[in-house]
Amino acid sequence: MFNQLVGYLREADPLIQMSAVAIVFTLIGIVAALTYYRKWGWLWREWITTVDHKKIGIMYLICALLMLFRGGVDALLMRTQLAFPGMNFLDAQHYNEIFTTHGTIMILFVAMPLLFAMMNIVVPLQIGARDVAFPFLNAVSFWLFFFGALLFNLSFVLGGSPDAGWVSYPPLAELSHSPGPGINYYVLSLQISGIGSIATGINFIVTILKMRAPGMTLMRMPLFTWSVLASCIVIIFAFPAFTVALALLGLDRIAGTHFFTMQHGGNPMMYVNLFWIWGHPEVYIAILPVYGIFSEVVSTFSRKTIFGYKSMVISLMLISVIGYFVWVHHFFTMGAGPGVNSFFSVASMAVGIPTGVKVFNWLFTMFRGRIRLTLPMLWTLAFIPCFAIGGATGVMLAAAPGDYQFHNSYVVIAHFHQTLIGGAVFGLLAGMYYWWPKMFGFKLNETLGKWAFWFFNIGFYVCFMPQYALGLMGMTRRVYTYPAETGWGTLNFVSTIGAYLMGIGFLFIVVQVLYSIRYGERDTTGDPWDGRTLEWSLPSPVPHYNFAQIPTVHGRDAWWEMKQQRKEDSLFSTKELKPIHMPNNSALPFFMGLAFFVAGFGLVFNQFMIATVGLIGVVVCMLWRSLEKDTGHWISVDEIKQMEAS
Amino acid sequence: MAEVTGSPISNQQSFEHGMEEEEKHILGFWIFLASDLVLFACLFATYLVLRTHTDGGPTEAQLFDIPMFTLETFILLTSSFTCGLAVREMRNGHFGRLMGWLAVTVLLGLAFVGIEVNEFITYSLEGATMQRSAFLSGFFTLVGTHGLHVSLGIVWMISVGIQLIRDRIQPTTARKLFNAGLYWHFLDVVWVMIFTVVYLMGVMK
Repeated sequence: MFNQLVGYLREADPLIQMSAVAIVFTLIGIVAALTYYRKWGWLWREWITTVDHKKIGIMYLICALLMLFRGGVDALLMRTQLAFPGMNFLDAQHYNEIFTTHGTIMILFVAMPLLFAMMNIVVPLQIGARDVAFPFLNAVSFWLFFFGALLFNLSFVLGGSPDAGWVSYPPLAELSHSPGPGINYYVLSLQISGIGSIATGINFIVTILKMRAPGMTLMRMPLFTWSVLASCIVIIFAFPAFTVALALLGLDRIAGTHFFTMQHGGNPMMYVNLFWIWGHPEVYIAILPVYGIFSEVVSTFSRKTIFGYKSMVISLMLISVIGYFVWVHHFFTMGAGPGVNSFFSVASMAVGIPTGVKVFNWLFTMFRGRIRLTLPMLWTLAFIPCFAIGGATGVMLAAAPGDYQFHNSYVVIAHFHQTLIGGAVFGLLAGMYYWWPKMFGFKLNETLGKWAFWFFNIGFYVCFMPQYALGLMGMTRRVYTYPAETGWGTLNFVSTIGAYLMGIGFLFIVVQVLYSIRYGERDTTGDPWDGRTLEWSLPSPVPHYNFAQIPTVHGRDAWWEMKQQRKEDSLFSTKELKPIHMPNNSALPFFMGLAFFVAGFGLVFNQFMIATVGLIGVVVCMLWRSLEKDTGHWISVDEIKQMEAS
Repeated sequence: MAEVTGSPISNQQSFEHGMEEEEKHILGFWIFLASDLVLFACLFATYLVLRTHTDGGPTEAQLFDIPMFTLETFILLTSSFTCGLAVREMRNGHFGRLMGWLAVTVLLGLAFVGIEVNEFITYSLEGATMQRSAFLSGFFTLVGTHGLHVSLGIVWMISVGIQLIRDRIQPTTARKLFNAGLYWHFLDVVWVMIFTVVYLMGVMK
């Protein structure tokens, strides 16, 4: 295995060799800095072994932003290659690897962890809980995501990246067409992080159903929490299909079975079905919590209760159910026949109805509201036209006969980038800006944020509008170059300029964060936006037990009502403070993730001894946890008083 | 974590359904089972698509041995019953009888896994390996995934048994035994589906 890797690196593209060197230097730099500032113990005690949902959320956020950088660099490399006809910046194989990792990283290692970051940080605070239902499991989820992402990114420098597209369709992804470890990396890293996602889904459903503060009935729950519940229900029913699709593809490649091969009776279309049974609901998993974020932001910055609360809840639930009946629209051209295609065509279009309800509700909330154009509000406003265009082109694609024309063209690329960037990315950025003071205790600089906003937004339209035209002109996705005679050159060049503008927008966000750490406005009140929900009743950053006293809720927008009535005490019973029981930190989640990583790495290279060692490690961790007795500690009243006074 | 009333260890009257903490774990486990059910549904769908794709290799009717899979079914259904008895004795507070039925359940589980391993080896020696055809890939994976679940269930019940000996019947161990029982009954339901869809439909052709 070692020789194989050295051989690979020696023959690799100079770009990859340079990256390998850069990674080694970065690692040495990090280790040296941690040693010099004596931060190893701090890192271990405060972060790696933590089971605090807020810290886990922050770790998700940091990893997601780093991955956004990597996925963004992939995008810029692709757009550079496509800027002119006949470019020779990347070769075909390298291009294949880059569009594969771009898609996989953006969906699974950016959108998902950003979402989990928001969920982790906000949900327990919004429902008046001290923690999530299973804090230990929450840490396990994070470390599975972390080591899954690490395994995936290693592929770039160790043995070759996956190259069959982010969907990894067989037979292209089978051993016969794609030898080498690339697809194995894909299968195993996504499997490992996928297990963590299912665990997160279970964790948050139980948290929301069982841990709401007294008085917070389901119909008094903030809409972000509702949207997380909807999203988690989708996770529970969608991710197992992905687990199966990946497991069977892995068996084909590693054990020599014939599920999806072209020989011995395999059926590649079965993979495509299993993949999209997860894959389409996955986009609703990403978008539903974003709807929740917009609901919070619009309501707070219009200083109005959300318009049509009940219809918001119903539409969230409808989207999560209809989301299961749309997956075949990804392969209308499979030849399933008019009956099947019609069903999935109508179901796909039906998603637009509850989504439309939501958009109108946000608009009606803003109507006659006292609107403040802060960064979260700006991103929400930008979302509405962007998503309207994305939705309209989505209906175009959902019409099965039309799809025979658009299938696998740049129209599809433009459409899903419009919905996923205009929906998920805009929304998660709005959420990040909105809850940033709650996480870190300071606001992000608005001026730099506005520069980022305009660069990113203008860049977005410059990048993706030409791609609709290119698709209608016949440009298909995943081509790595094209001749000048096609006439695609000009539009591709414009599109590339747009991509770079978005890149500059991202850099402004980086500068904004670094600047604001030093100079950002400190949040001393805990309620910098004049918020409406319970998380704003707490100091920023929040003490690790969240609420010194569990609040009692009397209606929707509980904190807002309390501020209006100036009854500071109505939220909390006047009774004495009581000792609080909190879970202990644990190193086991980290080691469990590490054991999964070892097992995955072994399987990538068909090293079954290494894989067995890893799997035994996993079982040992689980048994260790099962036999552990005392997993919590008590915080005394004196300590709480001290924390609250400071 | 929500407010825990009193010290969690001393609260003895309520077994698995009393305390908030234990209730959360049981609800969480139900939701896990729902997701596991989707996993099996996908494996069943794959098997049903591929069961006729034998590529000239052995078919279901040629392979499946009626007495053997009937015996397997009988053993697993019985173990589900004895597992229920163990939970019942736990609620009655009979520690000795609880451990007895738990041991019987584990032994029946081991017998089931033993027969299945024997079945897999027999098929493989006849040339019917999971690499032979898409049908066999589907068969070994679906039935094997169930078998793997059963094996994990056995390890789990042994672990719960050790904790019962160490801590006796109290809310935490009661909840763990209850969840292990849920898991075991769930595997039984899945097996009834395998018995019908894989074995009965296979030999009926």
